Amino acid sequence: MSPDLLLLIGKATLDTLRMVAIAGFIGALIGLPIGIFLATSGKGELFPAPNVNRATGLIVNATRSTPFIILVVAIIPFTRLVTGTSIGTKAAIVPLTIATIPFFARLVEAAIRDVDKGLIEAARAMGATPMQIVFKVLLAEARPALTLALTMTIVSLIGYSAMVGAVGGGGLGDLGIRYGYQRFMPDVMLIVVIVLIVLVQLVQSAGDRLARRFDKRSRKT
Amino acid sequence: MTIPASTIARDDAAVAFDGVSKHFPASGESVAFTALNNVSLTVARGSITGIIGRSGAGKSTLIRLVNGLEKPSSGKVRVDGVDVGALDEGGLRNLRRSVGMIFQHFNVLSSRTVFGNVALPLEISGMDRRAIEARVRPLLDLVGLADKHGRYPAELSGGQKQRIGIARALATEPKLLLSDEATSALDPETTQSILELLKRINAELGLTVLLITHEMEVVKAVTSDVAVIDKGEIVERGHTFDVFTHPKHATTQALLSGLPGSKLPEAIARGLKPAAAPGDRVVVRLTFFGAAAERPLISQLIQSIGAEVNIIAGTIDEIGGKPYGSLVVAYGADPETVEKAERFFSENGLVTEVLGYVA
Repeated sequence: MSPDLLLLIGKATLDTLRMVAIAGFIGALIGLPIGIFLATSGKGELFPAPNVNRATGLIVNATRSTPFIILVVAIIPFTRLVTGTSIGTKAAIVPLTIATIPFFARLVEAAIRDVDKGLIEAARAMGATPMQIVFKVLLAEARPALTLALTMTIVSLIGYSAMVGAVGGGGLGDLGIRYGYQRFMPDVMLIVVIVLIVLVQLVQSAGDRLARRFDKRSRKT
Repeated sequence: MTIPASTIARDDAAVAFDGVSKHFPASGESVAFTALNNVSLTVARGSITGIIGRSGAGKSTLIRLVNGLEKPSSGKVRVDGVDVGALDEGGLRNLRRSVGMIFQHFNVLSSRTVFGNVALPLEISGMDRRAIEARVRPLLDLVGLADKHGRYPAELSGGQKQRIGIARALATEPKLLLSDEATSALDPETTQSILELLKRINAELGLTVLLITHEMEVVKAVTSDVAVIDKGEIVERGHTFDVFTHPKHATTQALLSGLPGSKLPEAIARGLKPAAAPGDRVVVRLTFFGAAAERPLISQLIQSIGAEVNIIAGTIDEIGGKPYGSLVVAYGADPETVEKAERFFSENGLVTEVLGYVA
């Protein structure tokens, strides 16, 4: 394989990492509070606001049920507003972020809801404010589950980032389609797939290890 | 300055329930029901007061009214004279910081060490690190977990987790400790050690303890006062000793029947007859308290009636710190023996009850 092609693969990998990192970071930053809100704003919960809760849930569901490739196209005007362009790696970050937010929020909601209700009651009995309960109890207790949620989100993002290649998004998916598929270069396709598999493996095992370290629920010997 | 008499009288109680009712409206699939119906009860300062009832009797709701985790539908709950219902969220948080609570399932944070768990209520109240350190250490000593301060709850036994719960509840130096079935998830031996700890805390720190339980053993072992709750109403209350030795309400009697020594062996109970035939023996339950519980009653009984006495069932125990005995004995049902025995019982001030006759 020519050095030019290797360089291309290297650049595409970096593009993918950049898209995943930025979209993952911003998406998680926004998705986390939304997830916490979803898990704590039901009737009789810490921040009771059942109507806002339902409305938020509806928006989250709507975004999640829109196929990603359609979401990419549908929000092009918004993408252009934010980045000034609708093609390329920079532009791809916008739909990736938008897709990450509800995905991560639902996972966060599940992780927070999984925290033993008895702990919330105990914290209330200590005179904790709702905010103290969120930070000192819910987030602390859900940390292993939240770590796994973030891992799963990043893995999905790597998959999504390959899809934005179809609309000129750059990165490994773009490379695979333009060279591997359209120019009939199966070796390039193979390398793209292998790099993606390695990326996913690395992220997953790092996430698993971190979650295990945070998890104090099992007896350590 | 004069203090109105009513204030003083009220001040005597650590907790006072005044005509408290709690109704839960129907919601979703659950129907409306009344958890508490016009409950009035006072918890004396410095006492260990037990509230006993079957599950669903309303005791969980009752104890949650004290620190405002539940709000009464009507009536008033006063803690140290303060009307809990009149407090806003901030006032309620301050109250909760002065009332400790322990739970059936311990409710300790798995993500925090033993030390971190006990420090939690202090962090919540905004205490600085050094002061927290100084407060937590002696508490871990008190509950016997000093050597475990860096361990996580998953590495500890149920009894040790409850000790964390107790140290945590005491961290803010409360005057009142609420115990919600604190020993129900523990084995009998661990239960005893946790109850001993509660007793010690009550004696050493002068802390009032209000505990709810469905186990008579717990009430018997630690409480000085008890209230029996059934279907949302207090059906009997008083000093633990009096309630145990003279239970009046059917619910109390039913709860007491589970205690060892209070039931006849199955084989004897089946053979009991309501009337005596010649040669039969009479089965009598003797109940004795205080000094009488420590005397060699049976050998004295045998001497004074000059006949054989069978011991069928019995227990010598302590209730609310007082010795108490209950013995079921059988002896000849002939008029002469019976008369001698009755004379002996009345001379010694024993409470007797004829249960029946056996061949």
